[in-house]
Amino acid sequence: MSTQIPIVDYLVLGPVPHLRAHQCTHCAALYFDRRNGCARCGRREFGTKDLATTGTVRAFTIVRRASANLKTPYISAIVDLDGGGVVKANLVDIPAEAATITPGLPVELTTWVAGTDDDGTEAVSFGFKRTAAAA
Amino acid sequence: MSGGDVWIVGTDMTKVARYPDKDVVDLGSQVAFGAFEDASMTIDDVQVLAVGNAYESNSGIAQRIQKQIGQTGIPAYNVFNACATGATAVRTVIMAIRAGEADAGLAIGAEQMGKMGLLGGAAENKGERKVYSPKGRYGSVLPIEGNLGTGLMPGVFAQAGMEYALAHGVTREQFAKVAEKNHRHSALNPLAQYQKVFTLQEILDAEEISYPNTLPMCCPTGDGAASVIIVSAAKLATLDPDVRRRAVKISASVLTTDPWTESDLVQPDVNTLTRQAAAKAYEVAGVGPDDLDLVELHDCFASAELLHYDNLGLCEPGGAGDFIDSGAPTRDGSIPVNVSGGLLSKGHPIGSTGVANLYEVATHLRGEAGDRQVEGARVGLAHVIGLGSACAIHILEKAAV
Ligand SMILES: [Zn+2]
Repeated sequence: MSTQIPIVDYLVLGPVPHLRAHQCTHCAALYFDRRNGCARCGRREFGTKDLATTGTVRAFTIVRRASANLKTPYISAIVDLDGGGVVKANLVDIPAEAATITPGLPVELTTWVAGTDDDGTEAVSFGFKRTAAAA
Repeated sequence: MSGGDVWIVGTDMTKVARYPDKDVVDLGSQVAFGAFEDASMTIDDVQVLAVGNAYESNSGIAQRIQKQIGQTGIPAYNVFNACATGATAVRTVIMAIRAGEADAGLAIGAEQMGKMGLLGGAAENKGERKVYSPKGRYGSVLPIEGNLGTGLMPGVFAQAGMEYALAHGVTREQFAKVAEKNHRHSALNPLAQYQKVFTLQEILDAEEISYPNTLPMCCPTGDGAASVIIVSAAKLATLDPDVRRRAVKISASVLTTDPWTESDLVQPDVNTLTRQAAAKAYEVAGVGPDDLDLVELHDCFASAELLHYDNLGLCEPGGAGDFIDSGAPTRDGSIPVNVSGGLLSKGHPIGSTGVANLYEVATHLRGEAGDRQVEGARVGLAHVIGLGSACAIHILEKAAV
């Protein structure tokens, strides 16, 4: 079995892949990137919070013109995770047609191997697909 | 309390175009001389200079322009603030005058972009051994762009538009109507980069860049410059009656950045900072949206213009789609928006844009806008927003002679 590495450090691999955010211990604001201080309150202490794997679509676009090394069209979406946290990722397993994306569409996290390096390490990416119940 | 008032007494603008035979100093110098002529002033009359420019802002562009228009030793500021660069240069001059350091100043916005394309350049290193190692603040091993959604300009403004559309039921046709209007407006503006009218169907059928925006719903890149000369109320009182008659009052000058919101960890919020800037500008100027005779707002993409109808309070909350359908923002509507053609058709040379929209509003208030003149215009608003983010709003009023 080959070694795997997440595409970004806020994706946690394992039996139930999910996102993990830095959380300000003072005001509970969430961040995926490393922060020197909290953008919301200016304090400097952070913990971590495991986020839900389900959520709803807040916004999207269908990208048709992109740099040459990207496959188009693809759907970029902003997802409100259940229980808190907002994330941007691609919507997959959904036709790239605006009509299929309705307000508040329920989605769930999914992962796949997006590339392999020269040591054989696999980079695992994530996105969202329609939740099984809603499909 | 008129001591704090500041006034525009001179302004100029180049046509937005591609100028391969000129450099950005040529463009900036041209509008400096144009503004001096318009104000019946010379370089000796100004005590502060601010130059807005994005792509050469680390090259001392204000000083390079001084060497062409007069090195008088006055303080000069090189200003960059994303797409709010030009407006921030104007504010720099206003602040110097309000601080009592100057009674007259020159603000220039100048840019030479050429044909950069919508997406900018992308570097790629080939031939190296590929070993994944987490990089940057996200610890990423692959490029985030495209793998985890899109964060490029067309995608950001498309998603911002679709967030509004999902919440308020705006249609693709309503977004396209914004572009149809602005391209139609530009046919009357000889300074616009493009003066080509499209039918709504042609806009809907054009190449889709990032849903809902097709190519004519995205602003082009281009070269251009614009300028304003600003004076204090005390200085204005000393100027010739002909200059005073054409003077335009700056009733509000507001700059904001985006306050924290839950979603801006994944995408800049283009709405809240515009709403906060608008509230402050209306309060300072003592006017409301109903008082506006024209608005030049930041339509970098058609989806953005629709959002700003709501952010600037031009329409009912959630009613931006109905607002464009009603015809209110067209040249002969109740609140004409982007009669210049807007960024979509007039063009968007980044450093120039925030000065060029003051040129446009001031020219209408002076009654000198020719074929595109909004008749009887007395109050106008100019808005720009740069991602990251920065928002500037200026409210201008015709002199009460
Ligand atoms: Zn905090």
